[in-house]
Amino acid sequence: MNMSVKLIENAVGRMVPTEINGQKEIPYMGVGKFIPKKRKYNSYISTNAEFPADGNKKVKNLKEALQKAGLANGMRISTHHHFRDGDLLANMVFDIAHEMGVKDLIWFPSASFPCHEHLIPYLEDGTISRIEGSMNGPLGKYCSEGKMKGVAVLRSHGGRYQAIQDGEVHIDIAIIGAACADPFGNANGLNGKSASGLLGFALADSQFADKVIVATDNMVAFPCVPWQIQGNYVDFTVEMDQIGIPEKIVSGTTQITKSPDRLLIAELTARFCEEAGIIKDGFSFQAGAGGTSLAIGEFFCRIMKEKGIKARFARGGSNKYLVQMLEEGLVEYILDGQTFDLEGVRSMRENSNHVWTSPFTSYNYHSKGNFAGMVDVAILGATEVDVNFNANVVTHSDGYLLHGIGGWQNCLFSKTVILPIPLFRNRIPVVREEVTTICGPGELIDVIITERGIAINPLRKDLLKKLKESNLPIKSIHELKKEAEEICGIMEKCVLSDEIVAAIKWVDGTVIDVVRKVL
Amino acid sequence: MELGEQISRSGNCDSNSKGDCFVSIELTQSGGVNFELESKVKVFYGKSIERLCRSILDFFSIENAVIAVKDNGALPYVIAARIESAVKQLVASEKEFLFDFLTDNLYQSNKDRFRFSRLYLPGNTPYMMINAGLHKPNGIILDLEDAVAVSKKNEARYIVRNALRSQNFYGAERMVRINQGEFGIEDLAFIVPHNVHVILVPKCESVADVYKIEEEIRRIKKREDLIQDIFLMPIIESALGVENAYEIAASSNNIIAVAIGLEDYTADLGVQRTNAGTESLYARMRVVNACHAAKIQAIDSVFSDVGDMEALAENVKRSKSLGFQGMGCIHPRQISVIHGNFAPNWNEIERAKKIVNAFHEAEKNGLAVVSVGTKMVDPPVVKRQLKVLELAINLGILSKDWRNEYVG
Repeated sequence: MNMSVKLIENAVGRMVPTEINGQKEIPYMGVGKFIPKKRKYNSYISTNAEFPADGNKKVKNLKEALQKAGLANGMRISTHHHFRDGDLLANMVFDIAHEMGVKDLIWFPSASFPCHEHLIPYLEDGTISRIEGSMNGPLGKYCSEGKMKGVAVLRSHGGRYQAIQDGEVHIDIAIIGAACADPFGNANGLNGKSASGLLGFALADSQFADKVIVATDNMVAFPCVPWQIQGNYVDFTVEMDQIGIPEKIVSGTTQITKSPDRLLIAELTARFCEEAGIIKDGFSFQAGAGGTSLAIGEFFCRIMKEKGIKARFARGGSNKYLVQMLEEGLVEYILDGQTFDLEGVRSMRENSNHVWTSPFTSYNYHSKGNFAGMVDVAILGATEVDVNFNANVVTHSDGYLLHGIGGWQNCLFSKTVILPIPLFRNRIPVVREEVTTICGPGELIDVIITERGIAINPLRKDLLKKLKESNLPIKSIHELKKEAEEICGIMEKCVLSDEIVAAIKWVDGTVIDVVRKVL
Repeated sequence: MELGEQISRSGNCDSNSKGDCFVSIELTQSGGVNFELESKVKVFYGKSIERLCRSILDFFSIENAVIAVKDNGALPYVIAARIESAVKQLVASEKEFLFDFLTDNLYQSNKDRFRFSRLYLPGNTPYMMINAGLHKPNGIILDLEDAVAVSKKNEARYIVRNALRSQNFYGAERMVRINQGEFGIEDLAFIVPHNVHVILVPKCESVADVYKIEEEIRRIKKREDLIQDIFLMPIIESALGVENAYEIAASSNNIIAVAIGLEDYTADLGVQRTNAGTESLYARMRVVNACHAAKIQAIDSVFSDVGDMEALAENVKRSKSLGFQGMGCIHPRQISVIHGNFAPNWNEIERAKKIVNAFHEAEKNGLAVVSVGTKMVDPPVVKRQLKVLELAINLGILSKDWRNEYVG
């Protein structure tokens, strides 16, 4: 980026720019400190007169849809990531753009996956100038090495909704892939070979983009219900042979980890929650779909059965284990953000207590509350944590940007946030003096659980008091850091360039940190 | 020396070898030490790895060499072991490059400790050692025998030696299984001076096997001026061994347990090993009886289906009912199942509480004889019951302050 831009120190002590990609930015001010005194962005008023009276918005193919939507140089194009690593649509959109000779597009996905490595040639030839979205794997590496023209901007799922509604990000064309749709544009992710369960990540795109295209490989006659995406927002619909690779959209089966070390961490986490009194009748929890999280769910399940406890709701990522808890009555509701396996999709289709949500209901910080804050315990991951409990989820210690933020920042608002993580990974300590990139402020992170000990944030005096007599290995975060160093050795400092390649937004749109080019 | 003999290699470095490294050293005539490092953690530890490598070559007075290290996050003691074993292939030296003992590793063992579980770790796979102690097995076995490929036997010794000094096993009893025969005798120099608690003697068939090992241990202890006990656990794995079980069990004061190894035993008999274990019932009973006659612990074979915890639990229950007091394990997940099922059950705990309580009451009243009801209780019985309760407390199934709530 332009090196003349002024950097100032934000509320977590990171030097961040006041301008990114030519747009003014506000440095992170602290949790809840930034109050935007302005009105939301709004989209153009459409009139029915401009649309087919019979409701049939079908066009011949994706190319025609993009042409009719006015695809042109410099536009911001959005897609969603419900198809995960099985997404074909985003790649096809840019294949068409490339073929049409369109340049300098900004890709605004809700997240990217390794399958989107396909787009690297378009970043190289100028079809795409930059990506604004969470980046996984190859694209993150490309960006880290300073090869992308503009600065990447990473947001949480909730932050993405916030940025769109606040007008920080203007979407020219949204392309929404759906497992099922009707010619009017009503769509859902429930039915069809490309079923992804829900389409919540595309909600803001449908509401605020100038032009909205719904693409499906399963076009049904009106009405397509439930209409997770409402056709009233949609400009064009396209029927295609294939929009995704089903076995990569949802896995046939999610698996609990078999690693004894991860199981140990999972067991410690469940025991911690039990002793802290978090697992009680009517409680709520969020656990991801990683192998360790699944194991934690399984331990929760055992404790709940033993003590006759029922949870009011679980926040998904859903999977077969969570579905089983729902069907056995251990959990009353699943409030789902994405389905990770076929069982999750089936349950969402059949069970009205398996609820599809969106980043608006679950995560948006610029709204009159959201339910992430009502969750009793959120169990999340991190690549690094520092002695002030600040945590990193996007970069590795060598500076490479390899993961997205996902809903991680948004979940930090839950009543108790626990990060079960190994103390070190292959000789690289996870608990460190300072993290490479701050994605979440330590004041929101309550407990670090490693195989070698549990550190409770000193701000959580209540938890410290509750666990005072515990047999669990409670240590200070400094003790954990020291232990990691004693085993692994003291790390030499990793030197990065001054050049900024990506910015990390906080849930309120302020800049919490930046990612610098690796050398 | 021919050129071919001047290159040596040690270690592992494929994608599965996390926490390990591969070292090659080529002696050269001139040009000093040329160091090459390929490592995922080069950014963080490149300089310290180079310093370590150079200091080891220096220690062995190697002035000219090309040394290449392919590293995948190996800890310093692993890197040092790999380099030393590569050096020793090229240069004959009595010297050893030793790290200072980790102070956490200086604890001692004792004869009577519980040995419900002992976790086997392949001696040449350092990554598996890092967290092994966290799973709280009663003992950890660094295996130089069957879990190490024949071509890797030599380099494994350096890993095991360095691990004994530098790898924290978090209170587990520190055991090493040596090789059979002469090679096993040579193994001893790598472990005896490094606070090994128990040496497992594989395929033990006769008292002579035990004596030979004891003699070498005595020799090393004398040379190194060591005083602490080094215990032995012979493993009986053949028909002949079974027949000699009592003689072996009673052959030395240092023998704290005898284990049975059923894979080899059933192979020796030419029969299939089954979960029910009928084919080895005689052997197991013979070993159990020999151990109890010699007043040492009887330890059962490993259960090899690491995926089937229910079958393992059944196996442990059967094992306990036969008189075994422990069992080997090959996966950390087996530990809690083994502990849980060897652990004293409710009846056993209640009985122990009664006797121990009577003992305390007798002490309080200045009585020399402990009695429960009309029965007198011998001191060793009290001692054993104290151990049952201590164990129950350690396993978290009994409160430390149980006597406060005890109503006899």
